[in-house]
Amino acid sequence: MPAETLTLAKALNTGLRTALERDPKVLVMGEDVGKLGGVFRVTDGLQKDFGEDRVIDTPLGESAIIGTAIGLALRGYRPVCEIQFDGFVYPAYDQIVSQLAKMHYRSQGRLRMPIVVRIPFGGGIGAVEHHSESPEAYFAHTAGLKVVACSNPADAHWMIRQAIASDDPIVFLEPKRRYWEKAPVDPDAEPYPLFASRVLREGTDCTVVAYGPMVRTALDAATASANEGGRSLEVVDLRSLSPLDLGPVFASVRKTGRLVVVHEAPGNLGLGSEVAARVQEECFYSLESPVLRVGGFDTPYPPARLEEEYLPDLDRLLDAVDRTYAY
Amino acid sequence: MSVADPGPELIQLLTPEGERVDHPDYSLELTDGEYRDLYRDLVLVRRIDLEATALQRQGELGIWASLLGQEAAQIGSGRAMAPQDMAFPTYREHAVGYCKGVDPLKMLGLFRGVDQGSWDPRESNFHLYTIVIGAQCLHATGYAMGIQKDGKVGGDDGEAVIAYFGDGATSQGDVNEAFIWASVFEAPVVFFCQNNQYAISEPLERQTRVPLYRRAAGFGFPGVRVDGNDVLATLAVTRAALDRARQGEGPTLVEAYTYRMGAHTTSDDPTRYRIASEVEAWKLKDPIERVRSFLHKQQLVDEAFLAEVEAEADALAARLRAGCLAMPDPAPSAIFDHVYADGSPELDAQRESFARYLSRFEEAGTDAR
Repeated sequence: MPAETLTLAKALNTGLRTALERDPKVLVMGEDVGKLGGVFRVTDGLQKDFGEDRVIDTPLGESAIIGTAIGLALRGYRPVCEIQFDGFVYPAYDQIVSQLAKMHYRSQGRLRMPIVVRIPFGGGIGAVEHHSESPEAYFAHTAGLKVVACSNPADAHWMIRQAIASDDPIVFLEPKRRYWEKAPVDPDAEPYPLFASRVLREGTDCTVVAYGPMVRTALDAATASANEGGRSLEVVDLRSLSPLDLGPVFASVRKTGRLVVVHEAPGNLGLGSEVAARVQEECFYSLESPVLRVGGFDTPYPPARLEEEYLPDLDRLLDAVDRTYAY
Repeated sequence: MSVADPGPELIQLLTPEGERVDHPDYSLELTDGEYRDLYRDLVLVRRIDLEATALQRQGELGIWASLLGQEAAQIGSGRAMAPQDMAFPTYREHAVGYCKGVDPLKMLGLFRGVDQGSWDPRESNFHLYTIVIGAQCLHATGYAMGIQKDGKVGGDDGEAVIAYFGDGATSQGDVNEAFIWASVFEAPVVFFCQNNQYAISEPLERQTRVPLYRRAAGFGFPGVRVDGNDVLATLAVTRAALDRARQGEGPTLVEAYTYRMGAHTTSDDPTRYRIASEVEAWKLKDPIERVRSFLHKQQLVDEAFLAEVEAEADALAARLRAGCLAMPDPAPSAIFDHVYADGSPELDAQRESFARYLSRFEEAGTDAR
């Protein structure tokens, strides 16, 4: 199959389709994933082609979506659960954190939980409350779970396939405001490893670490900075939030001496804090300035008319880069 | 009618006095040997429980959740299961685990603090204990949905699932969601509620305004209330519910009406919330005494048989005690084992770092702990 230009949502759809085709144990389950094809159409057409037994419109109950997926996994199935929006995952939090994450550990490795929990996350779409949140730190903090975030169509296609093939439970975060961005996807290409971060743009002056929706922002900031004859930014896409693959970040920081971490989630105890802590442990003598974090404010997600102010953007990111030069 | 009143709908096949009675909907034909086997089961699991309680009192277990008084509910339902049927227990179903062939010694590990469940649920069809109240009902329902997808309902090779939970759990969202899922998908699962009248200190009236078995009607499947201290009725009712599930007719709620004779766990003090006369009244409904009385009346047992069962219980208790005392603490490095199926270089590094840290104390001849 030749490379096709797909939206991120469609790239996920083709990834799910491939997984359903290749393994009869793969199931897709969630609210409105069947006939409707999901509120973002990520599962569009899958129930029509794979049947109601494999693409399951569930009753409304997030805890039960995950809880029954656990039972299905115990029976040998590989459920891909959709949580409709980030802010709706909390009723399932107990099943994810207390049951799903710990099953392999407490069973001494006897019981595997090959379950993917897909969550559209982040803001920027003008939504009402509970539809724009970034809950990744809650899950990245939990041993037994893995957490990944795709940022572009090619990664979306491959990462969902790789996540479904994994025998560990994975929280799969989809940058909902990037669902409609297009890029070529080659379903026959050699995929990049799932749990690996990746340098997307090389630079020499300052490293910018991002994931999910902020990767586009970071790349745009790097372009703007270069165009304005300013600083040369190196952009690293974390891709995996747990485990963190910080080797490429350390290498980058040893080169640039400066690091800014950006995410939509509130800065307090966010992923940026962990990255900063580990970078100062590993790259202490290479750092020219403290590691700076750019995030959402430590507030609840605001009403949509304020989200442009709340969300980190190109200017706030470049402002932080400037501040690393104040030292 | 009080929600705690067993009421006329209580299904019973053996009275507390040991009289065999008929029920229009449930019959049970057992051989003499099968009656004796049930008696033996009841005696052995009570002995397992008493020995574990003693081990806790002597500091060998951190805590124990006693099944005293609930032997018939667990043996009746446990023996109703076919080998291929799957059970999802709470943390009190030691007698169900016994029925499923799990070594009772392994059920002590969690309470001794050496593991979190060391039996293989895939071999025994007895899932690991679940401590978060009600969470396992969703796992049971999902597993039952998997049975359907495997085409193992409606035929001769049918399989079914039992979800165990208590009266307190019926207030949990997960249990109610499990009822809805199982009903909507017609999943082959039996919801087996041991109503032992108390959720730690809270009486049934704090959980419900209607008898629990009646809740099933609102979810669209049958609910029945059985005398949980009557092993024969529990066996008959659970067997019928499992058959129904296997035939593809969907879930059933079985409320096994019983009483927790002991404390919630060895850390609990029930004298703070219930009166002695209540416990005394339930002693007259003891699940084992009525079977013994029945066996005597029917002349199905002699003193030699009863002595033989006692001797077997003694031997089992002695084996449990010796096995418990011999259970080693896991190695410190076990902290890091099995977090991920696909392994973790990060945790491998933490394991090595911790081992190096501990080895410094060994070199210095001191103990890190």
